[in-house]
Amino acid sequence: MENNTSFLRQKKQLTRHHVVMPFTKSVGIAFRSIKARFLRSIITTISLVLAVSFLCFTQVTSDIANSLASLENADLQRKLTAAGYDPAPDTKEETTQTNKWAIKNSPKQKWIVSLSLLVCVVGIVNAQLMAVTERFREIGTMKCLGALNHFIVRLFMLEALMEGGAGASAGAVFGALFALLTSFFQYGSTVIYTLPLQDILLSMGKAFITGCILSLAGVIYPVIVAARMEPVEAMRMEN
Amino acid sequence: MPENHEESKIVRVSNVTKNFHMGKMEVQVLKGINLDITAGRYISIMGPSGSGKSTLFNMIGGLDKPTSGQVFIDEVDIAQLDAYELAWLRCRKIGYIFQTFNLIPLMTALENVTLPMTFAGVNSDDANDRGMTLLKMVGLESRYNHKPSELSGGQQQRVAAARALANDPGIILADEPTGNLDLRTGEEIISLLQQLSQEKNITIISATHDFKMLNVSDQVVWIRDGQVDKIENRDELSISLGEISIGNRH
Ligand SMILES: Nc1ncnc2c1ncn2[C@@H]1O[C@H](COP(=O)(O)OP(=O)(O)O)[C@@H](O)[C@H]1O
Ligand SMILES: [Mg+2]
Repeated sequence: MENNTSFLRQKKQLTRHHVVMPFTKSVGIAFRSIKARFLRSIITTISLVLAVSFLCFTQVTSDIANSLASLENADLQRKLTAAGYDPAPDTKEETTQTNKWAIKNSPKQKWIVSLSLLVCVVGIVNAQLMAVTERFREIGTMKCLGALNHFIVRLFMLEALMEGGAGASAGAVFGALFALLTSFFQYGSTVIYTLPLQDILLSMGKAFITGCILSLAGVIYPVIVAARMEPVEAMRMEN
Repeated sequence: MPENHEESKIVRVSNVTKNFHMGKMEVQVLKGINLDITAGRYISIMGPSGSGKSTLFNMIGGLDKPTSGQVFIDEVDIAQLDAYELAWLRCRKIGYIFQTFNLIPLMTALENVTLPMTFAGVNSDDANDRGMTLLKMVGLESRYNHKPSELSGGQQQRVAAARALANDPGIILADEPTGNLDLRTGEEIISLLQQLSQEKNITIISATHDFKMLNVSDQVVWIRDGQVDKIENRDELSISLGEISIGNRH
């Protein structure tokens, strides 16, 4: 009995000796921080929006081309070939598979997409690096007030995730819409009747997730560096 | 003298040195500081600019690590603390006031004051109540919803003082708290600190080269070139003060 109470007291003391940061509080602070720096956040996310929409655009365009190719319409196939696709049937696999007209992204297209994503990553890392540097003093101050390193990392990751989520969904929607429009003008109204909705949604989802991951990847290095500094170092860094 | 042994030493600095690397050169900024600080006193660390006051301030506050030597807070060597304990010390045991105020720019005065309470695990309602009480104490309850950019320097420093008090610390560390303030607002901050030391029995340690601080200090530690030059208690001070006022007249 006595052992038990002393154990409890000890445990209570241990928890009393820990600083905390409730998750909802972090979300609140991160959200307000984005709101207050709205213009700044938009600039940070703009390269992300562009890259995600480009990624989504190419994927959705090829989704649509795919579904058109499977119609085996000579006129459409001429147009597809003109657009740079190669809709010749795969001779090795002449089964009853519906997807035998599968069109792959050309190597050139893949290369452009990867390049644009790379440029985007550099842009995001740079923007986030600046955003973190600008807030070194704030980070140092928070550590003086008792923040643990991971409170700060979590705060910036939440911000990046919110920005990234918003930017990536905007990018996915823009990219898909643009792909629909260009395909409509290129191949005519058939596009609408054969719209591969499921594939398009899947491509949008993939582009969205890629965007979120890129946004997190951009912030994680600078913020871990900043959070690990001694408070005075962080406070001295700025200006 | 035997009495001195029984008074608790809330801060003990033992042979602290601090070197900074400047390119390939190594500069010794603190050259072996020894200091015993008794709980509940108002200590001023005086010295010319560049003498190492801020560096010492950072060592005492656990904001930077000494190159050698130890700092004890309540007889605990703070170099032995893990990250959690150190954060707890900064959060609960010490309140910091900086020359540049260092409020969080996007947070209102009340949010700035309640942030350390959030870290300490106080729930929002209690934190807001206590935050308002503290803002009232520094005369800024009507400005609770203002951002730092909407406050004057003196007001920002008073918010910072309220924030330093958030978790009822035993020690308040202030680095040139009046350095960026005009004469009158500087005096307001000084009398606020004096009031805290007298009414709440908080130990105040203030690095400064502001001679207005001398009047309220229980003890003055003179630092020169990274070393303790002399330590004077209140009763011995009038002599040096006389010297200063004579010196100023010339
Ligand atoms: N991070 C640092 N790197 C190099 N030198 C430093 C650093 N911090 C302080 N110093 C040097 O240490 C000396 C004392 O600085 P400081 O403690 O800020 O003095 P004070 O606060 O008394 O004006 C100065 O000469 C300063 O240039
Ligand atoms: Mg200084």
